Amino acid sequence: MNTTKAHTIEQLRKDILPLQGFKPVAGDSGFDGGLGFIKQAFPGASFPLAAIHEFFCTGEEDVSASAGFIAGIVSAIMRKGGVTLWICSSQMIFPPALKAFGIEPDKIIFIYLQKEKEILWAMEEALKCEGLAAVIAQTQEISFTASRRFQLAVEQSRVTGFIIRRNPRNLATTCVTRWKITPLSTNTENDLPGLGVPRWNVELLKVRNGTPGNWQLEWAKGRFRHVYKLASINSEGQRKTG
Amino acid sequence: MCKRFVSIWFRYLVTDWFALRKPQLRNTAFVLCTPSHGRMVVTAANALAEAQGIQSGMVLADARAIVPGLQVLDDKPELIDKLLRRIAEWCIRFTPFAAIDPPGGIILDVSGCSYLWGGDEPYLNDIINRLKSRGYTVRAAIADTIGTAWATSRYGLSFIIHPGQQSKALLSLPTAALRLDADTIDHLHKLGLRQIKDFIGMPRSALRRRFGNLIIMRLNQALGLEEEIIQTVQPIEPFSERLPCLEPIVTATGIEIALQRLLEVLCQRLQKEQKGLRVANFKCYRVDGRIIQIQIATNSPSHNVKHLIKLFEIKLPSIEPDLGIELFVLEAPTVEDHASSQQKLWEAMWGLDNNQLSELIDRLAGKVGLNSIRRFLPEEHYWPERSIKQASSLHEQKTSEWKLDRPRPMQLLTTPENIDVTAPVPDYPPMNFRYKGKIHKIIKADGPERIEQEWWIQEGQHRDYYAVEDEEGCRYWLFRSGHYDEEYKWFIHGFFA
Repeated sequence: MNTTKAHTIEQLRKDILPLQGFKPVAGDSGFDGGLGFIKQAFPGASFPLAAIHEFFCTGEEDVSASAGFIAGIVSAIMRKGGVTLWICSSQMIFPPALKAFGIEPDKIIFIYLQKEKEILWAMEEALKCEGLAAVIAQTQEISFTASRRFQLAVEQSRVTGFIIRRNPRNLATTCVTRWKITPLSTNTENDLPGLGVPRWNVELLKVRNGTPGNWQLEWAKGRFRHVYKLASINSEGQRKTG
Repeated sequence: MCKRFVSIWFRYLVTDWFALRKPQLRNTAFVLCTPSHGRMVVTAANALAEAQGIQSGMVLADARAIVPGLQVLDDKPELIDKLLRRIAEWCIRFTPFAAIDPPGGIILDVSGCSYLWGGDEPYLNDIINRLKSRGYTVRAAIADTIGTAWATSRYGLSFIIHPGQQSKALLSLPTAALRLDADTIDHLHKLGLRQIKDFIGMPRSALRRRFGNLIIMRLNQALGLEEEIIQTVQPIEPFSERLPCLEPIVTATGIEIALQRLLEVLCQRLQKEQKGLRVANFKCYRVDGRIIQIQIATNSPSHNVKHLIKLFEIKLPSIEPDLGIELFVLEAPTVEDHASSQQKLWEAMWGLDNNQLSELIDRLAGKVGLNSIRRFLPEEHYWPERSIKQASSLHEQKTSEWKLDRPRPMQLLTTPENIDVTAPVPDYPPMNFRYKGKIHKIIKADGPERIEQEWWIQEGQHRDYYAVEDEEGCRYWLFRSGHYDEEYKWFIHGFFA
């Protein structure tokens, strides 16, 4: 009896998903964005493509960490080919660094815009275009209306959108997931001096129809890797450098 | 197709213009004069002055003797050319081929144009009436050749010479109607040849021997045996479309419809010839004589009507129709080969050479400017600011590989910022640094990575870069500019992911 109930609920959940804008496309199901078992947190156990993902940041350090994390996911999307648009207000992103995250930097088109209104307009235009791999935008504020327009656009075009927001005020948006990525102290093999591979604390604050969570990840050898043992902050001070 | 030309003659071009500027001159006799050899010579006289016997070329003192109350104004040199050019440009609403014919004339190539006005007569009347309503005294004639049109506009009685009738029309005209120089005319008059019919039947070799080549050329040109080429005031674009309107257009919808129609015709033609446009001009000729123009440019050749309309739509609101627009012209000055490629149905993701991508970029560029859209390629330099270059187009390929051997920060400050640092001994990374008022204690560090200035580009200090991590786990890219024993400074240059 219990099992049939659980089965019915599972079936109902599956039926609700398409009504909420999740239309699984053949080949997309099971896509994890390179995130490994984190995909269990997402609806249907697959990273939501054709959706808007928000990243909250406070300082430049967080922006860099979020950009690295997004670059890791986008590289998995771009493995099938395609071009990514990166819309931002300042010329800060350094393209050669993207190569380390598995993206060909010359496949990224940067659009530098000053006004927030223009950034939102450009983002919407880009999201309407089928066939782009992803659109990444850096902006502080985004209104509820704008986020709804993005959602409608991606439901049509199946493009994945990422928005990096610094110190946002408006939290009422229709994004599918909301993340906070902060840098973590790195670890080197055998405690050798120097810096290790990029490591982040990944907080999934909100996910529609999924379960939020908190993980520690690092980017090593071209893929995400889970960190189970955190590096202890060395109390004896600075180590010798290499 | 048979050629048709209109020749317009402004009998009092300059004096009409002066009368338009100063309406009080309209009912008085006045002349324009200019100093020559120490005396004032009349260069132009208005109709009233001419009626009293004043002619251009007279000395001003003589003219004053004939008409005591004569008004005298200074002539403006080069005014004729300027005026004619302006009027010729205005005449483009009647035909795309308008040329000036100084002094005092304009020639229009109107082949195939007059049917839009319902025949030669209403067409010519429209031209004359419009110019007259602007305040000019004009005579105009239409004929198969420039020579005949010129002759009849100056000396003829009927102004419409039907196709093939030019020799009949020329017969009764004076010799001066052939555009000959004064000496030849004088020579002909002395021999009693006052009208064209007096010598048109003579053997050509005899005429050439006595009067030179010019008279033969002019005769042949007037009769249509020799082709005459005119220099139009505006070069004709090979890819251009025109849409004249019977009623002046004043609404935005009207302009949009006009643009749509012109684009459809132009794109059909481009497609047929396997071309695509890179630049397009949309010109609106307003009733008040002004021309308003908007321009679009594309990243790759295109003949897609929908896409081009979208590009124009961003700029359409800048058109002010004012009293109305009577002619729309769409030109494609830059055209490139563009074989229509078949889009793959199963291609889910685009490459950089995709049509739709370049259309998206065009749309963005139309609104925010092409300057703000960039793509980067690697450049063979270690100096971080110079290690990337801007790609000139979407299709430019990289010539070298992206380097992976050295860590590079995710975000790079465009100009490094000065920081306060505590560092122990030379070549050691700093122990802590202060950036934006916050002290960061450094736990781990990598470096130094020395990058020298490229002396052939820029002189200056080298940089010793350190990748450091503070106690919160944030990673920065710092450098020391210069040697320890000399003057040196610490900077922050980037943030690692």
